[in-house]
Amino acid sequence: MAADADPDRIGLVCEGGRWSYGALLAAAHGAARAIAESGCLHVALLEESSEAAPIALFGAAIAGVPYVPLNYRLADADLTALLGRIAPAFIIGDTTRIMRLTPDRGHAVRSRLAFVAEAEARSTGGDLPESEESVALQLFTSGTTAAPKAAVLRHANLLSYILGTVEFAAAAPEEAALVCVPPYHIAGIAALLSSIYAMRRILLLPGFDADAWLALVEAERATNAFVVPTMLSRIITRIDEGVTADVSSLQAIAYGGGRMPMELIDRALHLFPDTGFTNAYGLTETSSTIALLGPDEHREAHRSGDQVVRGRLASVGRPLPTVELEIRDDEGRCLPPGERGEIYVRGEQVSGEYRERSALDREGWFPTRDAGWLDEEGFLFLAGRADDVIVRGGENISPGEIEDVLMTHPAIADAAAVAVPSMEWGEAVGVAVVVRPGHAVPAESELRDLIKGRLRSSRVPERIAVMDTLPYNEMGKLLRREVKKLLQT
Amino acid sequence: MKPGTRLKSTVCETEVMVIRVGNGAFECGGAPMVDERLAERGAPNPAFSEGTKIGKRYVDVEGGAELLCVKAGQGSLSSGLVALHVKDAKPLPSSD
Repeated sequence: MAADADPDRIGLVCEGGRWSYGALLAAAHGAARAIAESGCLHVALLEESSEAAPIALFGAAIAGVPYVPLNYRLADADLTALLGRIAPAFIIGDTTRIMRLTPDRGHAVRSRLAFVAEAEARSTGGDLPESEESVALQLFTSGTTAAPKAAVLRHANLLSYILGTVEFAAAAPEEAALVCVPPYHIAGIAALLSSIYAMRRILLLPGFDADAWLALVEAERATNAFVVPTMLSRIITRIDEGVTADVSSLQAIAYGGGRMPMELIDRALHLFPDTGFTNAYGLTETSSTIALLGPDEHREAHRSGDQVVRGRLASVGRPLPTVELEIRDDEGRCLPPGERGEIYVRGEQVSGEYRERSALDREGWFPTRDAGWLDEEGFLFLAGRADDVIVRGGENISPGEIEDVLMTHPAIADAAAVAVPSMEWGEAVGVAVVVRPGHAVPAESELRDLIKGRLRSSRVPERIAVMDTLPYNEMGKLLRREVKKLLQT
Repeated sequence: MKPGTRLKSTVCETEVMVIRVGNGAFECGGAPMVDERLAERGAPNPAFSEGTKIGKRYVDVEGGAELLCVKAGQGSLSSGLVALHVKDAKPLPSSD
C-alpha cells in the first residue's frame, strides 16, 4: 500500500543504502518467488537488522510461509534445537554456521547478500498465487523462566494491531524512525510494520551502540526512536561523558521491553526537554503494545508534586482502547484497583497461541503471567512475572519489594531476589547482589537487618550471594532462572 | 469478497482496501466500485462527491462495513447507497 501511495519515497535507510517503497515491494516479490520455489515450511532470519529483514518479512507473507526471525546470539546448542523445530526452513544468515549446526535437515540457506541480490533480481516474473496461510509469524519467546516457546501470530492479529494503533500514510515526508531493536524481537517487527504503514522512513541501526545511535539521529534527522531502558541508560551515560550530537529533531522516543528505573526516565525527560516520551508495554503473544503511557502523561508526572501523579512515571500507562485488560487473583476472580494479581488481556491483536497449544481461556482471555495492579484512574503498574513470585510457607512474596529495599543501600549496585529451596518452608528468599565499585562488601547481617527494618521477617533472605554482575539478556531482561541456578550451587 | 480486497472507483482516483465486508456492496461517487479500473471514467453523483482522504477509515457502523482509503479522490464512499463516515479514531502516540 505504501508502495502504491508513493513508490519513490525512501522507506528504508541502512548502512548507507537507501530503498524506496517501490524497491522494497519489488524485492519482497522476488523473495517470495525464491521462498515459494524452495518448498520450505518456514522462513528464518539469523542476522542482525538489515534490509534483508523487511524483505524477508514481506516476502514470506506474500509466499504464504510463516516468518521466524531467530536470535543469532544464542549458543550453538540452543540454536540447533530451534533450527530443528522449524525444519525445513529457508534461512538467511551466516551460511557457514548454519551448515555446521544442521548439515542435513533440508534447509535452504542463503547469505544476507545473496538473498537480497536474488530478491532484487527476481522482482518481476509470473504472478504469485494468493496465499491462504493465516500464520504470519512464529517467534520464540526469550524464555527467561523456561525453555523458549514458539508463539504464533496470525495476519489477523498483526493487522488488528496496526489498524488499531497507526494511521496509514500519516507520517510527514521528513519523519524518520530509528530502529535499533533486534529483528527477532516483537518490538523490532512491530517497528517495521508500523513505520511502513505510517510511511515513516526507517533508519535501521544493526547492533546497538550509543555513539552510533547519536550519530545516526544527527545525520538522518531522526524524529522517532524506540529503545529498551538499557539502551537509554547507555545513551545518557555517553551524553554525560561528553559525546555531543544534535538531537533536536527527535520528536518522540518510545521505550519498553523491561523495567525503566525512575531516576533514568527523570534524567531523560530533563535531557530531552522537547521530546515526547511514550512507555509501551506489550508481549510477543499480544502483537506488541497493549498499554501505553503517553508524552503528556510523562510531562505531567515529571512536573507534579502530587505523589500519586508523580508515581505514574513508574506505570505503563493505560490499556489501548482496542484491548480489554483485567487483574485477576489465583482463582480467576477479577480484582479491584490497588490489588495485585495476574494481568489478563483480550482483543483481536492478542494471539495467546503457541505451536503446541492456545493459552486463551474459553472467553478468549490471555493470562500474561505478568503480575500487576491498576490504580483508581486505570493506570497499570507491573509487579514482575507471576512465575517469579516466591511462595514461602504459603505466603506470596514479590521479588521486586526485596530488590527495591536492597537497592537503597549505598554499596549495592544491583540486586535480584529469587526462590531457593527450603526444607522448612518449601521455598525461601535468596538474593544475589552486585557491589558498587569502590565500596566494601556489606556484611550479610547488615543486609538482613536492612530488609527486616523495612519489610516483614518472611522477606529476610536465607541465602545471600555476591556477584560481579547479574545475568541479563541482550534486551536488558534479568534472567531469573540463571540467578536461581547460581544460588542453588 | 474478503477483508484485504482492493477496490477502485469508476468516477475518480479513489482506491480502498476492504477491512470489514458488511454486505459487500461498495460505491464511490454513487457508482459501484470495481477490481480493475474501467477504460472510461464516469462522473460522480453530486450527492456523493465530498471526496476521500488517504489513510482515513470509512465505516457504516450498522451494516458492519469498513474501508481504508489508500488513494484519495473526489467521490465519497457508500455501501448500498448509505454514506460511510470517517471513523473518528483518536491518534495514539507511536509506541514502536
